Parts: sequence; C-alpha cells; structure tokens
Amino acid sequence: MKILVCISRTPDTTAKIAFTDNNTKFATDGVQWIINPYDEWYALVRAIELKEKDASVIIHLITVGNSETEPIIRKALALGGDEAIRVNTDNQDPFYIASQIAAVVKEGGYDLVLTGKETIDYNGSSIGAMVAELTDTNYISLATKFEFEHGKAIICREIEGGEEVAETTLPLTLSCQKGMAEARIPNMRGIMAARTKPLKVIDPVTVDTYTETVGFLLPPPKAGVKLIPADTPELLVKLLREEAKVI
Amino acid sequence: MNMSILIYTEHQEGKFKKNSLEAISYGVAIAAQKGIDAHALVIGETTAPLPELGKYGVKKVYHLNTANINISDTKTMSVLIASVSTQQNCDTLIFSNTLSAKGIAPRVAVRLKAGMVSGAVDLPENNNGFCVKKNVFSGKAVTEIKVLTSKIVITLNANAFEVKETGGSAEVITIDISAPASTITVTGINKIAGEIPLSEAEKVVSGGRGLKGPENWGLIEELASLLGAATACSRAVSDAHWRPHHEHVGQTGLAISPNLYIAVGISGAIQHLAGVNRSKTIVVINKDPEAPFFKAADYGIVGDAFEVMPKIIQAVKDLG
Ligand SMILES: Cc1cc2nc3c(=O)[nH]c(=O)nc-3n(C[C@H](O)[C@H](O)[C@H](O)COP(=O)(O)OP(=O)(O)OC[C@H]3O[C@@H](n4cnc5c(N)ncnc54)[C@H](O)[C@@H]3O)c2cc1C
Ligand SMILES: Nc1ncnc2c1ncn2[C@@H]1O[C@H](COP(=O)(O)O)[C@@H](O)[C@H]1O
Repeated sequence: MKILVCISRTPDTTAKIAFTDNNTKFATDGVQWIINPYDEWYALVRAIELKEKDASVIIHLITVGNSETEPIIRKALALGGDEAIRVNTDNQDPFYIASQIAAVVKEGGYDLVLTGKETIDYNGSSIGAMVAELTDTNYISLATKFEFEHGKAIICREIEGGEEVAETTLPLTLSCQKGMAEARIPNMRGIMAARTKPLKVIDPVTVDTYTETVGFLLPPPKAGVKLIPADTPELLVKLLREEAKVI
Repeated sequence: MNMSILIYTEHQEGKFKKNSLEAISYGVAIAAQKGIDAHALVIGETTAPLPELGKYGVKKVYHLNTANINISDTKTMSVLIASVSTQQNCDTLIFSNTLSAKGIAPRVAVRLKAGMVSGAVDLPENNNGFCVKKNVFSGKAVTEIKVLTSKIVITLNANAFEVKETGGSAEVITIDISAPASTITVTGINKIAGEIPLSEAEKVVSGGRGLKGPENWGLIEELASLLGAATACSRAVSDAHWRPHHEHVGQTGLAISPNLYIAVGISGAIQHLAGVNRSKTIVVINKDPEAPFFKAADYGIVGDAFEVMPKIIQAVKDLG
C-alpha cells in the first residue's frame, strides 16, 4: 500500500492572532509554527501504525507551500514516513492547493490519501474532498477509524449525533480526526533519520485560482463579564431570561 | 435565461434540518440581493412536506427521489447535486456547513469549477466582486474571501443566519436522474437516541475537569434537559473517558456557536475557547476567579459548582 499524507503548517494553537498591512496579512512576528494537529496526530500517526504492521507500506508526505514550510515537513519526517514532497508555491486557494496534491497523487499512484479534518487556521475542511474529486476516488470525511484487511477498507466516521461504519476498496481519500490514532512525540532516532530522508521540491502545475483573500477582521471584544454572587444563582437565571433572552 | 440559487436541503425522519432552513433563508436573501430566484434541492424519499419550503421564500423544490441513493457516498451525492444545478441553471449553491456537507460540497465545487467559501458567517458583499466572510483561526478571526469564478459554492455555518418565514408555497418538481453505482457500503450506524446533536443545538451545557468525575454529570444533564440543551465537555474530560469523544468541543473537537453556552468547571484554555467563542451568550461557573474563561464570558459565577448548580437547576424549575 502506498500512502500520501497531506501535511500543512499552522500557527501554534496558543499563537496570538493579529494582522498587518492594513489587515490583509497574518502577523507572523513571534509566531511558533506547528504541523497542523489533525495532520500530525491522526493522519500521519495512523499511516505510521499501518507501516508498523506491514513493512511493505510506503509513506510519502506532501506539503504545498513555500520554503518556510520545510522545518515542519522535516518534523513530520522525524515522526515517520519515507520521503516528502514540497510543491513550491505561495498560493492559498483551496482549489489550487488540492489540484497540486491531486497531480502528485495521479503521478505517484497512491492507494490511500490521508488529510487532517481541517487546518486550524483556514478551517476549510475542503482540501481532502477536492483531492478525491480531482482523482475520482471515494472520499470519507471525519474518519475516526481506518482498518485494511484482505483488500477491504473499513472506516468509521462521525455523523450528526453518532457514528457510521462503512466498507469500501482502495484507492481512497480520508480526512482524519480524533480516534484514528494516539499522538506521539518524535524520538532522537527519528530526528536523526529525518535529516537524510529525501525531500523533493517540485514546481506547481498550472491551474486556475478560484478564490483570493481580501482581508481579515477580529471579532469585536466582549463587553466584559457580569458577575453574579454565588449565593444568588437565581439572579443568573433571571438575567438569561430577561436580559440575554436565551432561555 | 436567468441564473438562480440552489440550496441543498437536508432532512431526517420526515423533518427538514434546522441548519438547512438557515441555509435556505440565507440563499433566499442572496437571491433578493441579485434579483433572482432561489430553489431548494431535496434528495431521497421523505415524508417532510416539500411545498412548505415555499414559506421560507424558495420558488421551486426539486425533489430527487430516485430509489436506493447512497447518501453516505460523497461521489454519488456530488454527481447528483452538480447535475441538478447544471440542468436547472443554478450558478450559486448553498449548503449548511454540516458534517455531511463537508464531504460533499467541495466535490460539487470541483465538478462545477466553482470557487468555494466554507463556513460563511454573513451575507456576501458585492461592491468589489463577490466577497464572503468566513471564520478562520478557529473562530478567533474572520476573513473576507473573494470568489473569482462565475459559479459559487458556499457552506453556511450553523446559527450564523436566522431562519425567516415569509409565507408562500413552492412548486415541487420531481426529478429522476439515475445515481451512479456506489462502491461504498454502510454496514452500521450508531446513534445515541433522543440526544440533541451538539452541532445543531441552540443551547449547550458543558462540563470540565472541575466536576471531578463522570459520576457528577447528573448536574450537567439535568440542567441541559430542563433547558432543552445539548451536553458537551472539555478535552481533558473526554481524554479521561468521563464522557464520549463526540461531546468534546474546542480546537480539536467540535466548533459550535449556540445562542447559549454554559461552561461549568472548565478553565477556558485557548484551545477550548477556539471551539466555543462564537457562542452568542457565554456563562461561566468556576470556583477560581482567575480562570481565563471569565474573560470570554458574558455572565459568570465565582463559586463551587456542587453548590451553585443545584440552585440554578431549582431556579430554572421555578421558572416553569
Ligand atoms: C494542541 C492542543 C489542542 C487542544 N484542543 C482542545 C480542545 O479542542 N478542547 C479542549 O477543551 N481542550 C483542548 N486542549 C486542552 C486544553 O489546553 C486544556 O488542557 C483543557 O481544555 C482543560 O480542560 P478543563 O478546563 O476541563 O480542565 P482544567 O484545566 O483542569 O480546569 C478545571 C477548572 O475547573 C475549576 N474547578 C475545579 N473545581 C471546581 C468546582 N468544584 N466548582 C467549579 N469549578 C471548579 C478549576 O478552577 C479549573 O478552572 C488542547 C490542548 C492542546 C495543546
Ligand atoms: N498547503 C497544504 N499542503 C498540504 N496539505 C494541505 C495543505 N492545506 C491543507 N492540507 C490538508 O488538507 C486538510 C484540510 O485542510 P482545509 O481544507 O484547509 O481545512 C489539512 O488537514 C491537511 O491535511
């Protein structure tokens, strides 16, 4: 089985969200970059688990981004994976990114493409489904389990108010979330090995850009909390009914 | 012929989903901006009253009731939805940003060569091209996305647009397109019966590690059931297996934006806030006055949950 894991770079979950250049650019000063948690903890670790069970599994990582994303892909390689591909571009349009990944999928003949549930900065939840459409494969979003036995893929995914189990065959594209695997931390051996693993930089294929970012806004700050004394919680209930009008 | 707007409308057990009605109202409002019509698309057999969708402002309801459509197959669904929109000259497609739409809408966008905005939170603006606001950075900011294509796909966040009834009835048009053979077989569905799905809930009562253990969740459940609210929890709680994983909200869990979010014994870590900070009214109950959650709250009680919660429950009961 040949697996492609899609890795994206996001600001650390505690990063301060601010904007520069007249609110058109994310302020990167002092921001720590991490592997998007869903890509790391669930997509990549599940791929590594599959390889641990079956040594013939091949894992490639892909990231679509400029040279600043390289530390992240090296970090991902330190966790596992055989080699990485970086498509060199600054374009952020989801269709453009998905088209780059799809081109690599077609060229490389991957059986399984794993993405995270969503990027925690763009929150699109769309790249995986777009890649599936562009490569004409089945797509299951929000997968919490993936098993592959005797040529059959068994997947659990989250649905409203519960879970659904489905069976299908490869090739397949999945977006991964909690449940798929347990987060790991890279060890020294992995970090050393990552230094010599191949990281191929390729040029993007030519495709249209469908959307562009105009600017950003921060939500208006809260007015401040109204504190209610602990011995009169019935006052809270009254305010929720009469002032906030939510109950 | 004029282009129109198509809203994919989900249904369950003979009812339209509330989030889909929000999407309809949103689509109808965009149609009004552009001076065109909005139509609904319903897929699969249902006893839900199709003409009644007209009271939310759609002119036609396209009903695709071909037997044996595998609605869990994103490939099948995207082929069907894209075909109807092309056949019926619809250039703008609206979905509610539901769990199932996340699998379907981007595929439809690719099929139609449409620019897509996922998780829209407001009506588009047309002063400088077609621009839509969407949530980014897990609710910590909003971005404006300009769609450069003539066809457009938008998924609307839950609770981001109010359902509006305008009165009227819609013409129901039955469409028969055969679905491509599906290669996905659903072998099981586990649903927690009677529970209000968190993603659709207007009110949510949520518990954190401050509740000490799963045996104390009666406090959360009783208040939730009195208010008609769904229950949720922090990640620390689901990691400790006190509560099921699907209840966990935040950066790595579900992002929700109910009208009311009551957080009990939750510290308010930034990753937790990322999933709930778009709630309209936030109430925090925590014994530590320094808990970061108070900074994001509208109402707060500094106190012991085990003393405060029974009193709140009683006060809600007294409301009748
Ligand atoms: C990358 C990353 C992603 C994460 N994603 C998420 C996420 O999606 N969702 C999430 O929730 N967390 C997430 N976390 C974890 C998050 O940082 C916090 O650790 C977690 O939210 C803490 O849960 P808690 O508030 O229930 O527990 P604690 O932090 O232990 O807080 C318990 C609170 O209860 C209060 N308390 C104690 N006793 C009482 C009492 N008797 N009455 C009233 N109050 C009481 C305490 O004062 C305290 O504030 C993530 C962390 C990381 C690093
Ligand atoms: N620039 C990128 N390069 C590689 N993979 C990406 C990129 N952006 C997003 N992805 C993958 O697609 C998933 C969903 O992203 P999104 O649709 O932006 O929420 C992520 O979790 C990643 O696995």
